[in-house]
Amino acid sequence: MTMGFNARSAWAIYKRELARAWRTVFGTIISPVLTTCLYFIVFGAAIGSRMTDIGGVNYGAFIVPGLLLLTLLSESTSNGSFGIYMPRFTGAIYELLSAPVSVAETLVGFVGAAVTKSLIIAVIILATATLFVDYTIAHPFLAFVYIVLVASSFSLFGFILGLWADGFEKLQMVPLLVLTPLTFLGGTFYSIDMLAEPWRTVALFNPIVYLVSGLRWTFFEQSDVTIGVAFVATAGFLALCIGIISWIFRTGWRLRD
Amino acid sequence: MQRGVSLIFVKCAFFLASCITGMKAHIAAVTDPILKITGLDKTYPGRGAAPAVKALDNVDLEIRKGEIFALLGPNGAGKTTLIGAVCGLVRPTGGTIEAFGKDLHRDWRNIRSRIGLVPQEMAVDIFDTVIRSVRYSRGLFGRPADEKRIEEVLRALSLWDKRDAELRMLSGGMKRRVLIAKALAHDPDLLFLDEPTAGVDVELRRDMWRQIDILRELGVTIILTTHYIEEAEEMADRVGVIDNGRILLVDDKAAIMTRLGRTEASFALNEPMLEIPPTIMREGLSLSEEGRVLVFRGGDGAGGGKEAVAEVAQQLARQGIGYSAIDMRESSLEDIFVKLVEDQPEIAA
Repeated sequence: MTMGFNARSAWAIYKRELARAWRTVFGTIISPVLTTCLYFIVFGAAIGSRMTDIGGVNYGAFIVPGLLLLTLLSESTSNGSFGIYMPRFTGAIYELLSAPVSVAETLVGFVGAAVTKSLIIAVIILATATLFVDYTIAHPFLAFVYIVLVASSFSLFGFILGLWADGFEKLQMVPLLVLTPLTFLGGTFYSIDMLAEPWRTVALFNPIVYLVSGLRWTFFEQSDVTIGVAFVATAGFLALCIGIISWIFRTGWRLRD
Repeated sequence: MQRGVSLIFVKCAFFLASCITGMKAHIAAVTDPILKITGLDKTYPGRGAAPAVKALDNVDLEIRKGEIFALLGPNGAGKTTLIGAVCGLVRPTGGTIEAFGKDLHRDWRNIRSRIGLVPQEMAVDIFDTVIRSVRYSRGLFGRPADEKRIEEVLRALSLWDKRDAELRMLSGGMKRRVLIAKALAHDPDLLFLDEPTAGVDVELRRDMWRQIDILRELGVTIILTTHYIEEAEEMADRVGVIDNGRILLVDDKAAIMTRLGRTEASFALNEPMLEIPPTIMREGLSLSEEGRVLVFRGGDGAGGGKEAVAEVAQQLARQGIGYSAIDMRESSLEDIFVKLVEDQPEIAA
């Protein structure tokens, strides 16, 4: 038991996290879907009908990957952070820390559940989008892989936030003050080619641009940056988050006294 | 209520009978150390202007297989830190911990799977149901799903009827039972109970004691921390006293009483004395209440002091010193504990 993977422990955490999501189904699933629908109505149907096509893609369809990513980022981060923060807040983390559970099993349980929730939301959003705009996904398998990659990366990022935060205010601070602005300025609703210099160059320093571009390429085979760069950047972010979490568990930072 | 308690007791007995075959084949010699702590240190770093705090100071402790060990100490003595160090909640700054003959640092996974912890705080997801919470604990510790076993644990703790209730709907005592059920869900060999009866009423406390007794019968080694001395007196085979992070004393309960116990007798004199006459003077005699009470403190806490009191009474009679009453008592574990903590430098010397 010392080596190897304790699948039962990981499964127990995973099931519990999904059960928690089901208990808070409105906040976890219905609320983000409703918010995205409102974006579709305002930007896709109302404003989008007056916009010209971008790169040959109808504006309403053009914003689908961006909106999907906007929700994916916020929900993955939120699910990842709350999953670990709540037991820290209530003190129930003692059970996890005293259990024969490694970092790998903890991450598979918590982050796996957060990713699952994000994927459910993604499917609902894509289905809902068809009610407002016509779109097709050029590379559905790649899109799926990319969505899983982004959801995993930001669930891990949320997990780090949940370990770092020592209050609810801090828990909300990074998503609200960093992620949301970067996402809105990262080409969610526009192509960065539409920006004049120097803002176009400045935008390339925004990591979200690469995420949006990557996902948009899997939909329409066009993006602001090359797909390879987008994939490498996202995978790099995933690896960085895993590295940070491993360090946290090894040193016990914010976990063990 | 009495009937309810009896019913619980019967359920516990049933639990014992039904489980004893499937559990703990290795309930062996009671003297084997199941846990060995050597030179354990824990220093919490200072924050800001606050200095570093040494919570554990070179702690050595051995726990025997199958025993109930009570760790006594005032608030902040280091009891919870010591438990945390064994259970993986606290990172020691020095020393070694061995459990089941293996080094905790190297074999943490195997060792942790055999340890259960009931924390002091009511640290639970209050929106979860009882049965889901207990199932989760079993799974988390890597044990396969076993609904029969979960039912046994819940029935033994009189939680079966509440299995679908959310934890927030339960009383404090019931929540504490849930914490015990969670700790027992993976059938641990070594169970830590950190203040298990804090905040529960007397009846529930006695009920808990019965549960602990049953666990002992099953071969589970139990280490409990408590503020209630009577709990240690009632339950423990051995007692340890910790204060300021140092273990002051570890011994069998009876040996402690013999070694550190005292008999105290007060003679209410008919006539006040200015001083004790040399003919009756002996070690342990003193006057109090302006000479109206003659006090004897001595003996060994195991009945030896009674003989001395009888001798003092005879001497008083021979000398014609009258008294109207004798009030005699043996010191309790509580008296010993209080004295130990108050006289720390003296004991350490």
